[in-house]
Amino acid sequence: MRPNRSEEPAHWPLHIFVLLMVLITVYPILWVVTIAFSGGQSLAITNVPANATFGERLRAIVPWPAHVSATNFVSLFRDQPFARWLLNSVVVAGMTTILGVALACTAAYAFSRFRFPGRRVGLMAFLVSQMFPGTLMLIPLFIILVQWLKLGSTFTGLVLIYTVTAIPFCVWMMKGYFDTIPKELEESALIDGASQATIFFRIILPLAKPAVAVTALFSFMTGWNEFIQAATFMNREDMYTGPVGLRFFVGGFSQQWGYFAAGSIVAAIPVMALFLFLQKYLVSGLTAGAVKG
Amino acid sequence: MADVILEGIKKSYGAVTVIEHLDLDIRDQEFMVLVGPSGCGKSTALRMIAGLEEITGGTLSIGGRVVNDVPPKDRDIAMVFQSYALYPHMTVRENLEFGLKIRQTPRAEMDRRVREAAEILGIAELLARKPKQLSGGQRQRVAVGRAIVRKPSVFLFDEPLSNLDAKLRVQMRAEISKLQKTLKTTTVYVTHDQIEAMTMGHRIAVMRSGQLQQVGTPLEVYEQPANLFVASFIGTPPMNFVPATFTDGGATVTASGFKMPVPEPFRAASAGRDGAKVVLGIRPENVREASREGGGETVRVTAKVEFVEPLGHEVIVHGRVGDELIVAKVDPHRSPRIGSTIDLMIEVGAAHLFDAATEKRLGS
Repeated sequence: MRPNRSEEPAHWPLHIFVLLMVLITVYPILWVVTIAFSGGQSLAITNVPANATFGERLRAIVPWPAHVSATNFVSLFRDQPFARWLLNSVVVAGMTTILGVALACTAAYAFSRFRFPGRRVGLMAFLVSQMFPGTLMLIPLFIILVQWLKLGSTFTGLVLIYTVTAIPFCVWMMKGYFDTIPKELEESALIDGASQATIFFRIILPLAKPAVAVTALFSFMTGWNEFIQAATFMNREDMYTGPVGLRFFVGGFSQQWGYFAAGSIVAAIPVMALFLFLQKYLVSGLTAGAVKG
Repeated sequence: MADVILEGIKKSYGAVTVIEHLDLDIRDQEFMVLVGPSGCGKSTALRMIAGLEEITGGTLSIGGRVVNDVPPKDRDIAMVFQSYALYPHMTVRENLEFGLKIRQTPRAEMDRRVREAAEILGIAELLARKPKQLSGGQRQRVAVGRAIVRKPSVFLFDEPLSNLDAKLRVQMRAEISKLQKTLKTTTVYVTHDQIEAMTMGHRIAVMRSGQLQQVGTPLEVYEQPANLFVASFIGTPPMNFVPATFTDGGATVTASGFKMPVPEPFRAASAGRDGAKVVLGIRPENVREASREGGGETVRVTAKVEFVEPLGHEVIVHGRVGDELIVAKVDPHRSPRIGSTIDLMIEVGAAHLFDAATEKRLGS
């Protein structure tokens, strides 16, 4: 017997509510897309006359371009140095990811498995460093990086800053995961004849894939999205990263909202792709079955 | 093949000493069981043999070679962990091969050994599976398989059966014993389960609070427990202990409610020690109903039944004799009622006597 469905409360109010929420969430994004594909540089898609009718007013708030055009995207790459800026971002975020993951994994493994002087202090220091807003560090970092190390407007400088910004979170994240991997696995490998390095690379890291994925994603996003420090340290136009470049379109003298919107969309694609690609690792529990389950 | 010799082994963590002084001689091809309650230091001892714990003092040698400072991989041992510790991201085959690959065993040899081990343990069809696709018993077999493919000179087992259900445990107990008989590899097996110890070990070493209490064959330990602890730990239901004193110039021993002659093996120790305080130990199976005839000298006591546990093949009766509670195994067909009185016969020859102060077996 099928349950009598009419006895359940009706679903449609819930559906309407959810639909409304989705609309509210998507609305700003739709505007960005609309402006990007409008072919123009204006924030508005129609001119609303002084004594506008209701229809004209309604038209002004519906995010749908008067005519669809990809010219913003084309000239973003042809007339503007946006490709160069994106490439800069790829280099910086990529290097941050590689360096961040490598350092975070090894440091976290040491924090998780070994007992050494300074272990507690080190972990606490990482935590404390997360309490202060990044902008607080802007001036000291500028002095150290630009004046002392002469690393202003270089990839090395920015990668260094991003890596050290990302590492504390990544170390805590990875340590937490390493702590859940049973010690017997390592002891067993030790008796099997594995060296410490073999154990780390062939037992621990493969098991920690989900944590590595999260760490990598976080490191990449740190480098990809960051604006303030990039804007401070990258003074040459050809060294701008994506976010700084975007700001360039709508800063001071220019109001090129079309480029800005198109650039935002392009810049969002890699992060989205990365999320989709890493999704299977983000939700898996690989240690199931190692010990009694 | 190798013997394992522990000489004056000591283990301490900072100020805390876990094992004071452990001497143990494990012979080549022997199945030695370390047994004791949790926290007695048996696992620590095993982990020191494995090289997973540093040895604070003393000498450990395997196969005539002192291995105190030899890393685990060079001790030629294999260990089976309580949690199995299978590598979850590898298939059963990869798990079995891991140790061989690291030792750069040639492919053909590796295949041969894996096939051999898989056949012995009946896991040949499971080679392509991951550990999480296996049942508890299968995981256990793979863990044992990973130890045997290496062909080490010593096997170490750390409570390998405690994660299995009762039925599987009995089965694996037999399988591991059989395997050891076939392979003839020296084995050190740690357990807190005295039945495992009794049924599997060639010899068993009973430990308590880091100290070795007694080493001997299961029967030796059962029939001549060295002290009160061993006597109470080995055997179910545990041995009855009754405080008593020597009387009649040491010819008899008197407890609350009954008096019996001192058993033959203890006569030398009891002679002339009138009034000395002792503990009389009697196993429940040596206390039977008066109606059941049997050989040997007995004393008759009357007990008031306080509790009855029918187990099917036997009935365990808790009865009050004088001030003492005595547990007896009786015929299942004549289960007494609670509150009734029952006549019991204590077999004099099977009684044990321990010094009340030192808790040691008299005359040993």
